[in-house]
Parts: sequence; C-alpha cells; structure tokens
Amino acid sequence: MSFHLARRKAVNVIMLSLTGLCTLFAAGTLVFILGYLFVHGAKSLNWNFFTKLPTPVGETGGGMANAILGSAKLLLLASVVGVPIGFLGGVYLAEFGGSTFSFIVRYTTDLLNGVPSIVMGIFAYTLIVLPQKHFSTLAGGLALGVMMIPIAIRSSEEFLRNVPLALREGAMALGASKSKAIWTVVVPAAKHGIMTGVMLNLARVAGETAPLLFTSFGNRFWSPGWEQPTAALPVMIFTYAVAPYDDWHQQAWSAGFVLLTLVLAVNIVARLILSKRVVAR
Amino acid sequence: MPAATSTVISARPPGRATSFAARLRAGDEAAYLITFMSAATVLLVTGLLVFELYKNSSVSRAKFGWSFLATSTWDPVAGQFGALPFIYGTVVTSALALLIGIPLGVGAAIFLAELAPPRISDALTFLIELLAAVPSVIIGLLGVFVMIPILRSVEPAVKSVLGWTPFFSGPFYGVSMFSAGVVLAIMILPFIISISREVILSVPGDQREAALALGATRWESTWDIVVPYAKKGIMGSIFLALARSLGETMAVTMVIGNEPKIHESLLAPGYTIAAVIANEFTEATGDLYQGALIELGLVLFALTIVINGLARLLVMSHEKGTG
Repeated sequence: MSFHLARRKAVNVIMLSLTGLCTLFAAGTLVFILGYLFVHGAKSLNWNFFTKLPTPVGETGGGMANAILGSAKLLLLASVVGVPIGFLGGVYLAEFGGSTFSFIVRYTTDLLNGVPSIVMGIFAYTLIVLPQKHFSTLAGGLALGVMMIPIAIRSSEEFLRNVPLALREGAMALGASKSKAIWTVVVPAAKHGIMTGVMLNLARVAGETAPLLFTSFGNRFWSPGWEQPTAALPVMIFTYAVAPYDDWHQQAWSAGFVLLTLVLAVNIVARLILSKRVVAR
Repeated sequence: MPAATSTVISARPPGRATSFAARLRAGDEAAYLITFMSAATVLLVTGLLVFELYKNSSVSRAKFGWSFLATSTWDPVAGQFGALPFIYGTVVTSALALLIGIPLGVGAAIFLAELAPPRISDALTFLIELLAAVPSVIIGLLGVFVMIPILRSVEPAVKSVLGWTPFFSGPFYGVSMFSAGVVLAIMILPFIISISREVILSVPGDQREAALALGATRWESTWDIVVPYAKKGIMGSIFLALARSLGETMAVTMVIGNEPKIHESLLAPGYTIAAVIANEFTEATGDLYQGALIELGLVLFALTIVINGLARLLVMSHEKGTG
C-alpha cells in the first residue's frame, strides 16, 4: 500500500514538474526570439536604414525608408477600410442586435477572422489587381483592411458591452433618444478600450506579409500616390531573408528588429492600459 | 465570446406612440440602419470572398474537376495541375505541429491555471500571448537562420535512434517538412495555452476540492477531474490552433523547401497549399495556372472554415456547459 502511495506521489511530482517545463519552454521561446533579434538586428541598424532607399545588389549600405513609408500608407488605408465598418458593426451587435441575425454576424465574423491571410490576398487581388491589371498600394490596403474588420467588430462589441447598463438607462431617463444615449454616453465611456483595440489590430496587420505579396507587391523605389506597387517592411524581410546575399540578410535582421519592436511595444502598452482600466473599475 | 445577457433596451418609451418620422428625427432609425449595414458588410464580404474564389478558379475547375484534389503532378509548363502534394504537405506539417504543440500547450496551460500563483501565472501568460503577436515572417527569419542550423546539428543523433523508420530516412538538408512542423508548433502554442488556461480556470473550484478531499493528489485531481471537465474547451482550442497552422504561410514557406513532391520522410522537403500560392502566384502566367492557384486558395478556405466552425461550436458549448 505504501508503495502504491509512493508511486502516486512520484507521478504527482513528475507530471507537475513537466507542466512547469512546458511553460518554461513556451515563455523561453519568446525571450529567445527577442534576445536574438535584439543582438542581431540592433548590430547593423543605423540611421541609413530609416532614411535611404535600398541599394542595388552588390552595393553595401542603403536602407528601407521606402518600405517604412509604404507600411505606414498601407496601415492608413487599412484603418480607413477596417475601423469604421468594424466599429459601427460592433455598435450594432452591442446595442441593437436581435438574436438570430446577431448570432449569424458573430459567427461569420469569427469565421472571417480565421480565413488564412494568403486567401485574403487572393481576394484583394481578384477585386482590385485583376480589373486594374497592375499591383497597387490600394489593393494591399484593402487586403489588410478586410483583415482588420473581424477583430475591430468583436473588440468594439466587447468594450461597449462592458459599459454598465445603468449609464444607458440614466441617459434615456433624462430623455435622450437611444441613438443619443449611444453616441454621447455609451461610446465615450468605451472610447479608450475601443481605441486600444484598434491599436492592437493595427499591430497585428502591420506584420502581415502573405496578403501583400501579390497586392502591393514590392518596390525598390519610392511609390508616389496610391496606384503603384509599394514596398512594405514585412515583405522586404521575406525577400531579403530568402535572397542569397549576406548583406541582405543583415538588412533583414535590422528590419525584423524594427518591426518586432514596434509590434511588441504597441502590444505591451495596449495591454497595460487595458489591465489598468480593469483594475481601476 | 457572445455574452448570454442581452443589453438591448427598447428605443420606444412605453405608453407613448412614436411615429416613424419622430424616431427618424431623433436619429434612432438612422443609427440603426448605419450600424446594421456595417454588421451586414461582414456577411457581404464573406459572401463576396467565396464568390470571387469560386468564379476565378472556374477554368481550372472545368478542366480538372475533382481529380484536381487527387492527382499529384504539378507541372505549370505542361499545364498539368494536381493539388495532392500540397494537401499532403499541409496535412503532415499541421499534424506534426499538433503532435508537438498539444502536449506542450496543454501542459503549460495546466501549470498556469492550476499550479502557478495568480500573479506569476498572469505575467507568464502575458509573455506567452506576446509570442502570438510576433509576425510570422519574423518567426520564419529565425527559423531559417537559427532553428535549421540547430536541427542540422542534432539530426545525426536523432537519425541513429529513429533512422530505421520511414519517417526519418533519407538525407536531411535542413529545409524540410519536419522544420515546418516545429515552426508551426511554436506558432500555435500561444493559442492552445491561452484558451486552454481560460477554460481550465473556469472549472468550478468544488470539483477540485471534492477530488482532493477524497485523497487524490494534486495531479490526479487535475488530470482525472479538471481536465475531463474542461475537455470540450481544450478541444476547441486545439481545433483553432489547427485552423491557424493549416493557413500559416510565411514561416512555412521559408523553411519547408518548396518541392511539390510527396515524400514519406519528414526530413525531406515538401510544400503546403499556402506556400505554393505565396511563391507562384505572381509568376503564374495564363488563366489555367492562376485558376489552379486560386482553386488551391478555395480548398484552403473551405478547410479552415470547416475546422474553425467546429472549434467555435466546441468553445461555445463549453461556455454554455459551465454557465
């Protein structure tokens, strides 16, 4: 009997330590990624990276200024497409939604969120690139914008739902119409949360590469306006990483470092804001 | 997740008949219409997505029919397109990712939910969820320049033990289905961990207390009582992870070797649906070639939709079950 007990206790200790090891591995991976990128990316990062165009193959130096601007333009377009639709859709689900239609919208939103990013690229390609017969910033922005919609809807809905019912009742008791109550009381109360959600959403699509490969394509020069192909930071990382030149690999590390720093900084700040608000309430 | 409580309040004050015009003036109808249209856009976009994929793959669908899914010749020059090597590569790499990812992920979720003090658990979960925010192309970058050299150096040792199985036979160049599986496993870990942890945390405390009171060890109460209770939710998280790994593009493209052949050995290069679209779409000349790639997109879309749909239903039914 005591042998049996000893065995159970041993299993207990072994299995529980194993779960600890699993956690250590998962958290360690992130620390490793950060550390490695920091060491390798920061090494060759210099001011030229932010101000110069890429140099032709064989010439050292140069930077990715056009890709940084390109990414910014793509994100701007994506927000124009994704944020209004997502926000208003979230208002519908939180404030107006009935049962069946809302369920269908929610379910479809979740499914749309799970559509692989490369398929979103094909979608934007068939909608814009195919009729126009050329790659453009516009097509890339649309692809990223459509990807933003599902998360924008669900996060707006969630933050609006978190606003206490009493606030709505208070506003309506004072004689406000329902829409007035929503726009002047409920939405302002959820404003910070919704904006943080948008930031997280942008950080997510900022790193997307696959939908840009055949929409905004890539460009080694500046891309004026919205109708031409443009470089973007994630696509540059891909192109440079798979190319056979050491100099390009170094540039890819630098670009990876810049991209990851931006994405993680936004994530950390946004999550801290959110957790603080939860505690404060 | 959809909250069960509905916060809908009637726009119309009770006992007073409000005309449509009055409500329109108050902005209620306008607000309703605008937000309704935005919500309906989601349905529209999804419908349009299916339509575009279907329409633009018509050339390929008409020429190959269902045999597209069952033949394994991919020869753009001869105009022969079969999707089997890509479907095979996609399924094998995702299966491998789950094989590695499930034990690690569920193990970590158990630790974070059952053992770690709340403060440490929150901090670690924060870290692990940040891992999900790392762009796929950066994981790929590390995969190419860091993971593959490591795998190359441990390969002889692995081969001396497992080399007799067909899965670990043949030469190893670094880029392989195995490398892709490992990269995918790392990418799906945060999803399995954060959802499973939530699900395990939502198991009522008296379940644990009852088990412990009966003399169960901590592990027994966790493994025999808590985990079965949370089974549906954990399955849901695994399906979500599977859907993600099936559609994952950049990191896989960078480490899988991109060879459209079916190899038994995991150490051989392969190709996935997402990777072939990423690599060949811009150079696809002719309607048939492009149609075949778009049809691959349609296949991938259908696959992820089905799995995601199942996952959502599982997570939802867990939430209903625990109230």
